[in-house]
Amino acid sequence: MLQAFHRHRVLPGFGLTLGFSIFYLSLIVLIPLGTAFLKTFTMSWDQFWTTVTGARALASYRLSLGASMTAAAINTVMGLVVAWVLVRYEFTGKRILDALVDLPFALPTAVAGITLTAMFAGNGWLGSFFESLGVKVAFTWLGVVVALTFIGLPFVVRTLEPILQDLDPEIEEAAATLGANRWQAWTRVIFPELLPAVLTGFALAFARAIGEYGSVVFISGNMPMQTEITPLLIMTKLAQFDYAGATALAVAMLTLSFGLLFLINLLQWWSRARYA
Amino acid sequence: MMDTLGSTSVKARRSTACTLTEPLWIKGLLIGLAVLFLAVFLILPLVVVFTEAFRKGTEVYFASITEPDAAAAIRLTLLTAGIAIPLNFVFGLAAAWAVSKFDFAGKSFLVTLIDLPFSVSPVISGLIYVLLFGLQGWLGPWLAAHDFKIIFAVPGIVLATIFVTFPFVARELIPLMQTQGSEEEVAARVLGASGWQTFWRVTLPNVKWALLYGVILCNARAMGEFGAVSVVSGHIRGLTNTIPLHVEILYNEYNSAGAFAMASLLTILTLVTLVLKSLIDWKSRVH
Repeated sequence: MLQAFHRHRVLPGFGLTLGFSIFYLSLIVLIPLGTAFLKTFTMSWDQFWTTVTGARALASYRLSLGASMTAAAINTVMGLVVAWVLVRYEFTGKRILDALVDLPFALPTAVAGITLTAMFAGNGWLGSFFESLGVKVAFTWLGVVVALTFIGLPFVVRTLEPILQDLDPEIEEAAATLGANRWQAWTRVIFPELLPAVLTGFALAFARAIGEYGSVVFISGNMPMQTEITPLLIMTKLAQFDYAGATALAVAMLTLSFGLLFLINLLQWWSRARYA
Repeated sequence: MMDTLGSTSVKARRSTACTLTEPLWIKGLLIGLAVLFLAVFLILPLVVVFTEAFRKGTEVYFASITEPDAAAAIRLTLLTAGIAIPLNFVFGLAAAWAVSKFDFAGKSFLVTLIDLPFSVSPVISGLIYVLLFGLQGWLGPWLAAHDFKIIFAVPGIVLATIFVTFPFVARELIPLMQTQGSEEEVAARVLGASGWQTFWRVTLPNVKWALLYGVILCNARAMGEFGAVSVVSGHIRGLTNTIPLHVEILYNEYNSAGAFAMASLLTILTLVTLVLKSLIDWKSRVH
């Protein structure tokens, strides 16, 4: 009977639930992803390398990485401001804005794409304003940044909010009683405390932006070598039945994504160690 | 501006109050900056969707969302979500049960693998199924010989949707069930409850809000997925077009009012999702 108190024996279903989870995970995720990697073995290394370092591919990486980096940086700065304002200050409409922060996460990307294009096109509400300043947004590099900023917006805010809420007020009080002014307290006490979460939010927004397709294709104009993101180039190769080429680019992207996932896991582990 | 003075951080810290919060003008500046940013990126798009959708009047709007191709797209979207959600729901529960109630080697690796679909580009999520089931794919010739179509047909759309919504339910449940531990379940078992009774009466009531949360997020993504579905669909009007794909076709045909009318349906779904999400947040905090 003593064994009955050992929880492995008490709770049933270990074999069934773990077995089903692994089966379903393999069927839906692991085997299909594995075929992409296997498919590249049908190419020689030279073929693979020429495809992933072709001029058009390189131009698409530059755009994808550059625009994603810019958008994630904008989201980090603005996300910090938004999270701070939503947690620390009171103002009318705060609750509604807070709930709306998840909009980019829930709004279908195609809807975001056509809507942002309508807003930022030359005849759009914001586009006409920027055009009067001589800046074209839609169908340029800037348009890609706008779309990626939109879809990455929730990540930094949602990563920072719980950390800010749990931030011990005593450390700020200690800084103040020891003679620090508000700016010193912010830069030397509060920000270092937030740093792991800020970096995690940046990495999450960046990782999301790298792979994004739906919201970008409408606003970018899709000019080869200029406003063509890597996922779109994969799409183009597929439409031309160049499966090997599409797969080679996909594997290059997957490698980067999994690297980022690893980095994010490290950052989250660091955050947990810090905030625990 | 007056209510900015009532900041929560000022409570009971009168002596050092001036160094514990920002000067009023900085507060105002930060609030203004945040509100401007959110207004441009969150509120304005919502206004634009509905303005564009009703630009040609309500008649065109309702005609756009009731014409046969639109109705077929709506039906396919509902069917796809109707298959993908229950499957991922069952998986989410099973995975969360295995991970949170038992110890085994490789557990954290398994949890990482469950999140994998989130870091895969939507286009690649579709591509992998083309490589597996497409005519040029590994199983393509066999499927063709047996006259069974997956790619450029409904099964492909369902598979791609299952892939992109795969982690939603599991990732809401796992952290919650891990913090809850298994003491309550063990108590129920020791008091004579069967495995299923324990699950229905102890575990499920404890996780119902997280479960609902996962399902509505899963649903929003399932109905709105564009990139992955676009790769496997083949874009056959009335047959393999979901609502987002129908939006794209109409938009590319310069039928802006029609595209935004369909888009407005998805936007309403999004708003309902956000309201439910806020309600669940509030409910789970109260209970």
